[in-house]
Amino acid sequence: MRVSYSKIGGLRMTLNIAVCIKPVPDSRYYNKIIIDPKTKCVNRDEIETVINAMDKNAVEAAIKLKEKNGGKITIFSMAPDNAVKNLRKVLAMGADEAYLCSDKALGGSDTLVTSYVLAKAIQKTGNYDVIILGNQSEDGGTAQVPSQLGEWLNIPHFVNVKSLELEVNKIVAETKTENGSIKFKVRLPALFGVIKDINEPRIPNVMGVLKAKNKPLTIFRATDLDLDEGKIGLKGSPTQVGEIFSPDMKRKSQKIEGAIDEIAEKIIEVIKRAGIGL
Amino acid sequence: MDGYRGILVYCEIKSGKVIENSLELLGEALRLKEKLKHRPEVSALLIGENVQQYIDTVQGYGAEKIITFENDKLKLYRPDYYSEVLTKIIQKYKPEIVLTGATLQGEEIGPCTAKKLNTGMAAHCVEFKVLSDDTFVQVVPAFGGKVLGDIICPNFRPQMASVKAGLMKKAEYNKNNKAVIENYCDEIVGFGDKIEIMEITETSRERKILNKSDLIVGGGFGIGNKNVWRKLETLANALGGAVGCTRPALDEKWTEFEETMIGTSGVAVSPKIYLDIGVSGATQHTCGIKDSGIIISVNKDENAPIFEVSDYKVVEDGEKIIDALMLVTFQKCTFED
Repeated sequence: MRVSYSKIGGLRMTLNIAVCIKPVPDSRYYNKIIIDPKTKCVNRDEIETVINAMDKNAVEAAIKLKEKNGGKITIFSMAPDNAVKNLRKVLAMGADEAYLCSDKALGGSDTLVTSYVLAKAIQKTGNYDVIILGNQSEDGGTAQVPSQLGEWLNIPHFVNVKSLELEVNKIVAETKTENGSIKFKVRLPALFGVIKDINEPRIPNVMGVLKAKNKPLTIFRATDLDLDEGKIGLKGSPTQVGEIFSPDMKRKSQKIEGAIDEIAEKIIEVIKRAGIGL
Repeated sequence: MDGYRGILVYCEIKSGKVIENSLELLGEALRLKEKLKHRPEVSALLIGENVQQYIDTVQGYGAEKIITFENDKLKLYRPDYYSEVLTKIIQKYKPEIVLTGATLQGEEIGPCTAKKLNTGMAAHCVEFKVLSDDTFVQVVPAFGGKVLGDIICPNFRPQMASVKAGLMKKAEYNKNNKAVIENYCDEIVGFGDKIEIMEITETSRERKILNKSDLIVGGGFGIGNKNVWRKLETLANALGGAVGCTRPALDEKWTEFEETMIGTSGVAVSPKIYLDIGVSGATQHTCGIKDSGIIISVNKDENAPIFEVSDYKVVEDGEKIIDALMLVTFQKCTFED
């Protein structure tokens, strides 16, 4: 990849921004998730997909950069065909164009393969200065795709990013650590995995929704992407899923009743019996 | 695949110490060694500037070999440098299993390294199993812990995995342990001057460490407001325990201590007593408390899912219970001391 801004007088630049998003089952309905006792597969058909929460932050971060500096936002996703509706929503937020990588041959892909496919789609469509992803997904939550995509593209990459500011040819960003933060400057192109702290994603307005209908949305099949066949899908994935199960965490749930002060006394009794000195 | 042998634990250093999470992984690596027929050697990797000072610690907690990699460039954490070093070490020593903490650092350099080596990584595992044919199985949660899945990495090496703090037990410290020490040194290139670290901010704040507390008082959305949250903190303090929280309590800004969030995306805890108040019981949270000794739950909603995983159930208003517990605790202290 190469830096591709066009300087339009002074510091104003046109940024080419890529954002990757993932449709995930709505976490409000996780209690509907069941494991099919026969196929041992997760049945989540009844649950509607939504855009992964942090991916909305990624889109918002891209829109903010565009609003300030000008530019274009291109969305990428690897998901089944029905993700078109999720992509339209992101276009309604303010993104300009979207590419969906959808193919049966991509089923069973782990993070290494997913990031490989996204990298191929990104490389096929243009030169991007800034690439932004949600730091992690709500369903799998591995937080691995941003780092691995950065590796495939061979550009500097950072995760847990909580602020982004553009300077000439560079981005000043802050990442969150367990006990504070790290502020750094990175030369573009670069990739960022962003967390919730970075912004409050906007909700598309009616105008946005109407405009989104006419924005370009392209579906890539595996054969469109110059992929190494041995590197995709379940076959190409180093990690494979074996048995899946629901953890049994049920306990006896014995009721403590009575007047408030009696309940408090009983709770303290339980605590003391466990060997905790008060 | 052939020629990969041994278990490598990446020992993360933070604020001048090897983090507990890494020591727990050393303990787990020793247990895996016992389960695997060929009894692979357990190595600890120390990366940074002046890491010799940590040798005693990792040796005492069971590392049989310690590999150090020192370089001035490693003084400040940079993902490109650190993942390059981890990659080099793996290429040289060829371990079959590589473990890192599921910390912000481990979750960054782990997947980078897996990509560089073209292998698989299982993120925030909750358990490891070894099958009769010596297959290494990594158990990972999905959908916020609602589902657990076995992950295997049959055709690629090493098999990489990260684990959250508090899930595995560290070995007993033994000052007589003696490890083989190997100092490795090489160039580091990374992205060079494309990246410039400008400032590192560390907030020094004293909190009771959740994983070391016998009693944890956990609060959730049902606490209702910041004033009641303060009461909850006072109660935890009076009981000599620590405060844990759920995601909504952070989102509502009742507490700023993200490191006290309990659950699959936070920390897993195993206190003797877990007393939760106003916690609904989302699977994300309950997965993080399942190893607690006794779980006492207070919620005014009789049908709150939290009660399914509780030993004791109190259907009451949280604030009232906090007040009453404060009163009882106060009386006990006054009259019995």
